[in-house]
This record gives sequence, structure tokens and C-alpha cells, in this order.
Amino acid sequence: MTTPTLDKGPGGLRASGKGRLADPLFRWAVVVAATSVLVILAVMMGRTTVSAWPIFQAEGVWGFLTGREWSTGQSRSEVTGSYGALPFIYGTVVISVLAVVIAVPLALGIALFTNELAPWWLRKPLVYAIDTLAMVPSIVIAIVAVFFFIPVVTDPMGRFIADSPLGALPLLSGPAQRASYWSAGLVLSIMILPIITAVTRETFANTPPDERNAAYAMGATRWEVMRWVIIPRGFPGMVGGTMLGIGRALGETIVVAFTVGSSQRMGTSLFFGGDAVTAVIFNTFATASPEAIWGLLALGVTLFVMTMLVNVLARLIVMRAGRVSGDAAV
Amino acid sequence: MSTDTLEPTSSGPAGSQRSLYELEPTARRRRIKSRVMAMVLLGAVIGGVVPLVIILWQVVVNSGEAFGWSFLTEVEPLSYREAGGGYLHGIWGTVYTTGIAALMVIPLGIAAAVYLVEEGGTWFARVVRFFTDVMTGVPSIFVGLAVYAILVTRLRFGTFTGAVALGIIMLPIIVRTAEEMLHQVPPDLRNASFGLGARRWQTTLKVVIPAAGPGIITGCMLAIARGAGETAPLILTALGARTVVMAFQGGNGQADIGLLMTDGLRQPFDAGIERAWAGGLTLISLVLILTIVARLINKRSQI
Repeated sequence: MTTPTLDKGPGGLRASGKGRLADPLFRWAVVVAATSVLVILAVMMGRTTVSAWPIFQAEGVWGFLTGREWSTGQSRSEVTGSYGALPFIYGTVVISVLAVVIAVPLALGIALFTNELAPWWLRKPLVYAIDTLAMVPSIVIAIVAVFFFIPVVTDPMGRFIADSPLGALPLLSGPAQRASYWSAGLVLSIMILPIITAVTRETFANTPPDERNAAYAMGATRWEVMRWVIIPRGFPGMVGGTMLGIGRALGETIVVAFTVGSSQRMGTSLFFGGDAVTAVIFNTFATASPEAIWGLLALGVTLFVMTMLVNVLARLIVMRAGRVSGDAAV
Repeated sequence: MSTDTLEPTSSGPAGSQRSLYELEPTARRRRIKSRVMAMVLLGAVIGGVVPLVIILWQVVVNSGEAFGWSFLTEVEPLSYREAGGGYLHGIWGTVYTTGIAALMVIPLGIAAAVYLVEEGGTWFARVVRFFTDVMTGVPSIFVGLAVYAILVTRLRFGTFTGAVALGIIMLPIIVRTAEEMLHQVPPDLRNASFGLGARRWQTTLKVVIPAAGPGIITGCMLAIARGAGETAPLILTALGARTVVMAFQGGNGQADIGLLMTDGLRQPFDAGIERAWAGGLTLISLVLILTIVARLINKRSQI
């Protein structure tokens, strides 16, 4: 702000130097706050990598990622065990892909229905219901999964599929176990449904009304408008939302820890028990020796890099699809 | 919205005028397809809502016996076989940890949002905004591991270390929702404030932030709800406790509803499992009440 003249006389414009520094200080405070986001991310990444370094050194990064044996040592100062993360990474990827395969069509349907078909009084409640699903704490979903979803839904379904002719496929062969990739993936699909729905719905809502109305004016049916106008317009948003969903699925911990089965077997069938990166961290941390904690930190770094790649890609896609707001809380 | 198409009349047999009520076979097929797809989409909606209903129903039904006044005011008995007692220490731990996290992170988050709004076009603001978005997707268990490696190795387990982990999870939510809300403040308000000779910080603190107040509060409450519902990072940073822990950073851990539920779920005795269900009811009520109140506040927003 410029103060042209400092007229000291009575009645003139008065300005004092008091508080002159307030604005620059305020700006610096705000800049520091904004920078803190980057600093926190960088420090978290750096510190975990440094702490996990002995493992990467002993196994080699590639050896760590592709090793199949995970047997932790008891040492306090050196790496004596064998650390191979492949069974966990495999499990995480399988579960996430399964969850996304189930959640994306559902999310697409929900988004189209709320935007295009639902009567006006139903739209808000539907949006709220799906957003509420996002707010349910994962430990609550875990307890419902252990006592309801697995025994009542996923386990009978798994047995049925494994016993049917489809069971001949290696991917779907039996015997179906209660806690398995299948159970974890199915329950996880509930958890990633809200974010995929939210992003998809918002990009669908961004379709220019002129294009929709033009299609209707040409005599298109509702489904044709959705299929040929709205879905093509919102496709990048759908892809971005799906990627965000994958990111969430990769990082979800408690539900997976209780449903995946904690086995290093790495079987080909979805119905076999397995393990995931997050689950092994959660399940073994409390009893881990110092050396094993380095191993868990190395798993954490791997997980962070995986989710970072997916999230960065997702955000770039969503950004290109147009400004989408409101998914931060989902 | 009509569903049938009009063929030009000249394409029909000469002299025959088709009534608009008679559908061509193609149009009928298209209309049927549209109806069928509408049913399919409705099915997807049901598929999305049913799990929510099941979760709420199961939690309410199964926690019936263990939940009650004593559940909220007593500490869990040492044996999981023993019925009675409650999660007072867990509820206290959750409220305490989340509260400290909120106190640490809400000012920081709003300040960062102010920066993103005031200097939103600069490359640095874009970088910050992008990485804030990315940060919403960082797995909570990784945050727990990182806080373990940075703080817990020095300070040991406790309330503060747990709060730091929760705060890191809440921060990006606060930044992004606050930024959205600050963006909606009309520039006229800001200009009027400048016109009256207010400084930048005065304009921001006394005009812009109050105007966006309800929305910012909503965002903060959603972030608090998210933080209160987190369990995974706390196992690495708060560890858990069997008594009410008042210490800020005692070194012996802090309890949390989610951690108590995890322990209760992992053992085979009915009494402990029932308490875990009741803990679920407590946690889900806490989170949903926060969410609903947040939405109600947002409705009262004037901008």
C-alpha cells in the first residue's frame, strides 16, 4: 500500500509506520504453512527410506521386491533374516485390482443414476448415503466383515464359484478359504466405492448441458444420452477416479489385515489365503524385533512409492478432466 | 424427455401417415433398452447402498448387550472372558489424541489454504496444491510408520506421537476444503475491506475467513471425523493402553477405540468381542454425528 504524502498537520492524511511489518510477516507465516505440506511429505519419505536402508542394502532393491521369502531375524544391529516382499506386493495388487473391478461398474451406475435418472428428491440422500459410506471407520467395516460379510456373503459365493465349472480356471480354483484375496477384495470394493463414485459423478455433472439437450432433441433415449454423450465426456474423470480408488485400495490396512488370511503362500487362485503389504505391517509390528521393523519400514517405503505413482498419475488425469472439488474428504 | 424418434414421413409408404403414438420397431427396441439400462443402474445404486445398511444394522444389533452407560464410563476388565466394563479409556484416548491433532493442524491447514487462495496462480502454489491432493492418498499405515521412525524412536509411544500421525492424515483434507470455501468468498468483500484501509492480514483474518467460516468449520469437522476413525497409524504411534492415560507424552502409550476393538477382535472370547461391537457403535456414532453436524453447519453458510 502506498502512502503518498505524510502530512503531519491536523486534518491531513495520517499514516504511521506502526504495523508496517505485519503484512510481510503474515505473508511469511502463510508461505511457511503451505511449505510445511511439502516438508512433511519429504521428511516422511526421507526418514523411512534412511531407516529402511540396511534392508535395501542387504537384499538389493530388486532382490527385496522380487524375493519370495520373508523370515525376520532377531538382531538389533544387522540384517540376519531374509526379506522378500513379492508375496505381499502380489497380494496387495491382486486385492486392489479385484476391488476396482467390482467397484468401478457399481460406481459408474450410481453416478449415472444420481445425475440422470433419480427424481430430484432422491438425489441429495443418495449422494449423502454414498458419502456416509466413506466416513465409516475401517475398523468398523473390518468387524462387520469378519462376522457378517465373510461368513454370509463372500465365503458362500467363493465356494459356489470354486465348485462350479468356473473352478477349473487356475484363477478361480478351490478349495475356497474363508479369509482370502477374494474376501479381502470384495470387502475392499465397498471402501473404495465412494471416492470413485464422487469423482465420476462430478465429472459427469460437468457435461455441457447443451450437448445433453442437443442429444435429447435429436430423439436419443436416456440410455443413449448417457452412453454417447455423458460417458465419453466424463471418461477421463472416471479413469482418474478409478486410479484414486486403486490408491486407496493399495493403502487400506485394517480391513485387509483381518480378511486376507496372513499367508505367504502366494497362490494363483483368488480363493487362497494370502497377505498384503499393509496387512503384514499391521499384524506383525507389535511383536517385531528391531531388525524386523527395518523390514516393515522397507515395505512401507515400497507401499508409499506404489501409491505415489498411482496417485500422481490419477491427479494428473483428474486435473486434465477439469476441476473436480469435494473429493478431499471422501 | 421423449424417447421415440420421428422418421420423416416421406420415407414411409406413399400416402400412409404414421401416428406419433405408433412406435417404429427400432424406436421401441431403443426405448426398451433404455428402460432395461435404467433398471441396471438402479441395481447398482442398491448394490452401493445395501452394504451401508448392513454395516449400520449389524453394528446396532450386535452391540446391544455390551453397550450402555457403563460402557462409556468404565474401563475394560483385564480378562476378555469377563463381561461388563467398557471403553472409557479408549473413548478418552480417541478424543484426546484427535483433539490435540486438530489443535495442531487446523491453524496450519487454514494458513496453507490462505496462501493457496491469495497467491493461487504462482507455480509454487500449484506444486503445493498438487502435493496436498497427492497427500490425501498417502496410506495411513505409511504415515504411522514414518511417525514411528521420526518421533517414536526418540519419544516412545504416547498421545502426542499418535496425534502427529492423525494430524498428518487430517492436514490435506483441511487445506483443500478450506481452500474451496475461501475461493467462494466474493471479491467484493475483500475489495471493500481494502477500500476501508485494512491491511492484508486484517482483511484475511477479519473479513475473508469469517465469511467462509461455516464452510471451513465443516471441512475441519470432516477432517476430525476422519482422524477419529483412523486406527492403523495409531498401532505404530500410540500403541494402546489398558487404563485411562492423561499424560501428554508418557512413553507408555495411549488407548484408542479402534485399537481396543482390534485387540477384542483378535481373541476368541465372547465378552471381548461384544465389547468390540459396542466400541464400533461408539466410533461410528462419533464419526457420523460429527459428519452430520458438519453438513448442517455448511447448510447455514451464507455464501
